[in-house]
Amino acid sequence: MGFGEQRAGGGGWPRPVVPRIGARLSYGLHRVLAANLLYRRLAAWLERRRPAYRWFTRVERVAKEQLYGCRMCGQCALPDTGYTCPMTCPKQLRNGPCGGVAADGRCEVHPDLVCVWVTAIERGQAAGHGADLDLLQRPVDHREWDRSSWVNYWQGRDDGLGVAYSEDDPRPLLRRELGLSPR
Amino acid sequence: MSGLRAAFEAGRFAVTAEIGPPGGADAEAVTRKADLLRGWVDAANVTDNQGANVRMSSLAGSVLVQRAGVEPVMQLTCRDRNRMALQSDLLAAGALGIPNVLLLTGDHPRFGDHPEAKPVFDLDGVQLVWTARTLRDDGVLISGKAVSARPAWLVGTVENPFAPPPRFRARRLAKKVSAGAEFVQTQYVFDFEVFERWMADLWDLGVTDHCKVIAGVGPIRSLRALEYMRTAVPGVHVPDEVDRRLRGVPADRVAEEGIRMCVEAVQRLATIPGVAGVHLMALGFEHGVPDILRRAGIPRPPAALPDHNRHPMEGIGHAR
Repeated sequence: MGFGEQRAGGGGWPRPVVPRIGARLSYGLHRVLAANLLYRRLAAWLERRRPAYRWFTRVERVAKEQLYGCRMCGQCALPDTGYTCPMTCPKQLRNGPCGGVAADGRCEVHPDLVCVWVTAIERGQAAGHGADLDLLQRPVDHREWDRSSWVNYWQGRDDGLGVAYSEDDPRPLLRRELGLSPR
Repeated sequence: MSGLRAAFEAGRFAVTAEIGPPGGADAEAVTRKADLLRGWVDAANVTDNQGANVRMSSLAGSVLVQRAGVEPVMQLTCRDRNRMALQSDLLAAGALGIPNVLLLTGDHPRFGDHPEAKPVFDLDGVQLVWTARTLRDDGVLISGKAVSARPAWLVGTVENPFAPPPRFRARRLAKKVSAGAEFVQTQYVFDFEVFERWMADLWDLGVTDHCKVIAGVGPIRSLRALEYMRTAVPGVHVPDEVDRRLRGVPADRVAEEGIRMCVEAVQRLATIPGVAGVHLMALGFEHGVPDILRRAGIPRPPAALPDHNRHPMEGIGHAR
């Protein structure tokens, strides 16, 4: 297979990132940013003012890139994944690790790095948010790349991005939950 | 009644095998393998560019296998197709009467013959299962648009009980089952301790009530194959005990020892509660499948589709 032959970086494939900030602190910050009327108004205002929206998005990008390796998919899954970005998985899996994780937890595509989902599950469970990992994550809407996920979240567009299923009926998955309604 | 669905419904121990389509426009290569398996297995998986190497498509392979009198399980991965192509292939499988689909994320292109290709992964394996279930049961596409006729295939998926994080693997399958998977085939089972713990987790989560578990097995017939399995196949765990047994016999007896271990694995798996069958991966050794099953004491499935011994091109346009 020649893992050793692989040159550093390259591939253009996403590389798993271990966040620079702890999960507990991240959940704490989430409370500060939690959607409320004020934020919703701010989001609506930002969407009316293009330059402001661009600046705001730039700040969000820098902050989340530094902390989580964010790639600006615009539909943040961080609150459901122990604040570990699934878009840094080379397969961009949103629902858990693939079957190729090595016995020591390394990524099959980047054997020098730890699988991002191994990190996510450890962080989620350690922070008491392990159950979030069972949510079914809807497919990504690729129109949202490079848009502000904070604005999207405050505007309520992320509601139902992760869907729970109940014990009684393990498949209550309705099409409206799966379908990405056009905006 | 034959086939996978019938085996599940009758509670009969199911046997599936694998047919890798050829790297060429060679229908005979598929039919030859199907001929070796006909009458011995409930269904045969037709792989989708396995190991990220370009092969004849799994849809075409499935049609050829079906014409040769073996029930296909069409594999479909998220690696090479976006959600539009995946859904159109799922519809095509329905229209052609493919009775089973097996939906998975797929190996990354870096492992195959086109490492420079664009990896798609528009959906992940869980989302693909979800899409299939919604397509069949609600009759709608991801877009919400209704389909004119619904497909009828059984939805399968895969899981690797041996990959980290160990305790999360059963939960990951639970996710896929809640998304709609009705049967699962596992990675090669060599480590029974880990496998049995995973099965126990599935019972605890109630997964076994909704999903048939088919355990993956396969003979390691040479030390080279052993080495390959250990190092080059992502996600396969070969415990030291297997290594010791294969290295403990003279070189000319390794193949036989590997087959014996496979037979023992089938027998052992058949006794584990909740294991609904085995998936026999004997790539390039399809002719050995009947022998392994006979020695393991697995009864042959009831008479399959009528044996037409057809020419591979016969009946084109008249798919069931």
